[in-house]
Amino acid sequence: MALPSHIGSEPSAHSRQPVYALVGNPNCGKSTLFNALTGLKQKVGNYPGVTVEKKIGTSYSQHGQPMTIIDLPGAYSLAARSPDEAVTRDVLLGRRTDTPQPDRILCVVDANNLERNLYLVHQILDLGRPVILILNMMDVARKAGLDIRSARLERELGIPVIPCEAINGKGLVPLRLAMSRPDLPLSKHAWDVPSAIAPAVSELQASLTDNDEKPPFIARAEALLLLTDQDAVHVAGSVALNPRTVEILKHWQTRWQTEGTDWAETLVSSRYDAIGKLCENTVIESPVQNGPSASDKIDTVVTHPVWGWLVLGSIMTLIFLSIFTFAEYPMNWIDDHTASFADWVKSSMSPGDLRDLITDGAIAGVGGVVIFLPQILILFFFIGLLEGTGYMARAAFIMDRLMSRVGLNGKSFIPMLSSYACAIPGIMATRTIEDHKDRLVTILVAPLMSCSARLPVYLLMIAALIPGETVPVLTKVGIMMMMYFFGTVGAFGFAWLFKRTLLKGEPPLMIMELPPYRMPAILDVARHMVERAWLFLKRAGTIILGISIILWFLAAYPKAPEGALPKDQLAQSYAGQAGHFIEPAIEPLGFDWQIGIGLITSFAAREVFVSTMSVVFNAEDDGEDTTPLRYALTSAKWPDGRPLFTPLVCFTLMIFYVFAMQCVATVAVVRRETNSWKWPFFQIGYMTGTAWILSFIVYQAGTALGF
Amino acid sequence: MADLVRLSELAVGSQAAIREFVGANSAPLRLREMGMLVGTKLTFVRKAPLGDPLEIKVRGYRLTLRKTEADQIMVEPAE
Repeated sequence: MALPSHIGSEPSAHSRQPVYALVGNPNCGKSTLFNALTGLKQKVGNYPGVTVEKKIGTSYSQHGQPMTIIDLPGAYSLAARSPDEAVTRDVLLGRRTDTPQPDRILCVVDANNLERNLYLVHQILDLGRPVILILNMMDVARKAGLDIRSARLERELGIPVIPCEAINGKGLVPLRLAMSRPDLPLSKHAWDVPSAIAPAVSELQASLTDNDEKPPFIARAEALLLLTDQDAVHVAGSVALNPRTVEILKHWQTRWQTEGTDWAETLVSSRYDAIGKLCENTVIESPVQNGPSASDKIDTVVTHPVWGWLVLGSIMTLIFLSIFTFAEYPMNWIDDHTASFADWVKSSMSPGDLRDLITDGAIAGVGGVVIFLPQILILFFFIGLLEGTGYMARAAFIMDRLMSRVGLNGKSFIPMLSSYACAIPGIMATRTIEDHKDRLVTILVAPLMSCSARLPVYLLMIAALIPGETVPVLTKVGIMMMMYFFGTVGAFGFAWLFKRTLLKGEPPLMIMELPPYRMPAILDVARHMVERAWLFLKRAGTIILGISIILWFLAAYPKAPEGALPKDQLAQSYAGQAGHFIEPAIEPLGFDWQIGIGLITSFAAREVFVSTMSVVFNAEDDGEDTTPLRYALTSAKWPDGRPLFTPLVCFTLMIFYVFAMQCVATVAVVRRETNSWKWPFFQIGYMTGTAWILSFIVYQAGTALGF
Repeated sequence: MADLVRLSELAVGSQAAIREFVGANSAPLRLREMGMLVGTKLTFVRKAPLGDPLEIKVRGYRLTLRKTEADQIMVEPAE
């Protein structure tokens, strides 16, 4: 077998580098173990065609031989229910052409919860590959009064069983030793397929061998799987089954349905029976452990009908406070440095279009997105922390009832809430939502939550809206809250609508494990945060750069005569012409072509509206201080002398920004996360359409009422 | 044999054993794969603050499920 090119290292002439797959249930400490085994030798990417993270690392045997380790997504079963689990299933079964089928499998289990964790292992033993079983979190199990006789389990299964504490680095040496063994035994665990379904299994197995050209062991495992995998999740990149095999499967299923045989129950319980026998003499529970555990005590507070809400509220407040206070310093730093970098380029290049393209197009455009990176990083950090401690599942548990009102489940809550700071980490956090449609709905509505890029626009409009030198704080806060409220109602309203129409589906299940609380490994959380941010920059970078350059071009061409004011240059540019062009469409909203230019340029990022208005109305842009711009706006007029920025128009503009999809970075991320251009375009359409309609209603009704 | 009740009707904190899956779309496969099988013992830990979903302890770990699923699981309360 040739070495697939993406494995990344040179194949030796004699043998290829052994490929290990690392598998386990969610929350079993698999990522910590992966990091401990591979250190910094990791490559993070995506499985082609699906938004599932692909992590490949290199570890070294006791003899210094490199070994490839694929960290497969956490899964409870090979009967996949989410794209993540589907990838795990497909890689293990050799169904993916983009990933080599692993030679050996490392199964990580949480020693505290052996029975359920062994279910996946039991399915994997069927694959006929050498397996090493890693009993992780042995320290926690000991403290909980569990005595786990790993030697006994090793004897029963006939494969290496290694007790381990990945977080403390314990057990890694014996694990590496086992991995270095040139020969690993196959499991001798004997398990009888229940007689009721045995004929179907052998018939399917034969067809899989003959028609799908599967090796015999894989064929048996796959036959067993096909019988439980009722609503199989299919992901791009996996090979479809031969129609003959599908036919046999259909035949048996119909037959059982009419006979009333519950084949899934039969199969699952025979596995659990076998597991029960394995655990019988392996796990010795000491009777000492009687009182409630620390997790229990925390949960009585965290999920309490009163305290639960307070805890949730406090945690969310803390997150948002940190974002808005800590992010400011790095944001200013980035702002200053992109500006000075642009100045440096300006001074070191001769004047001309190329220079302007680099400074005003590329640097300014990318800088405008990178400036949100500190917020995105902080948010990723907190999301990682919530996941690592186990609180995330509790938040979903508490919020599920409310989210179910609009047809979503509790897992959509954190992504939507994160979007108040920035939709990008929110959308990237939707990966924990198993159901494809729920995930899509969450992605579609997340940008309606008012993000921090809308703040400058709101602030400017509020300043222009209210006469007088200073804006009363309460009024300012009141109007601002109103905008956040509209956005939130919009998000939930559209989620409800989409779940009923476009993305209609079964009400999502809420079968979710509540993992015990754990001290998170801060290094893992930090690493995850950096990976996520880097992935965002890498994937969205080219799209953002491209659109920034297009927007620059629209504002810079055609050239005005030498010596013209920036205002006049912009007025006669393509962007200015486009402003004129869209004026008939936005005039019913009370906007003129000059505001139109702002709407167009702020497609790059919402806050660009403010700087565009400064150029258009020839006000000095002082960054923080909006006073000069505010005066310029209040004195702006229509050609017939009517004031342009009436309070009603300011208010209408805010409404427009609440709903319109004005963010190229979000478009880029949605494109990546949904793996198509269809959904980002749909999103632009429905959001901007809603923005127009609501702005129209507000402006026309306001005018009729005499505002 | 004691009377069967729906899992959703159990008193908070009480223990029971699963006896039967009822309803048209009887318990999703995933619930069984998570170890909820006929004969399995469980403890009903609590309801979420708004009454749904439910939290149960089964095979030594915590699991949540919605009332609609719990309605289809008939259990025998432990004495």
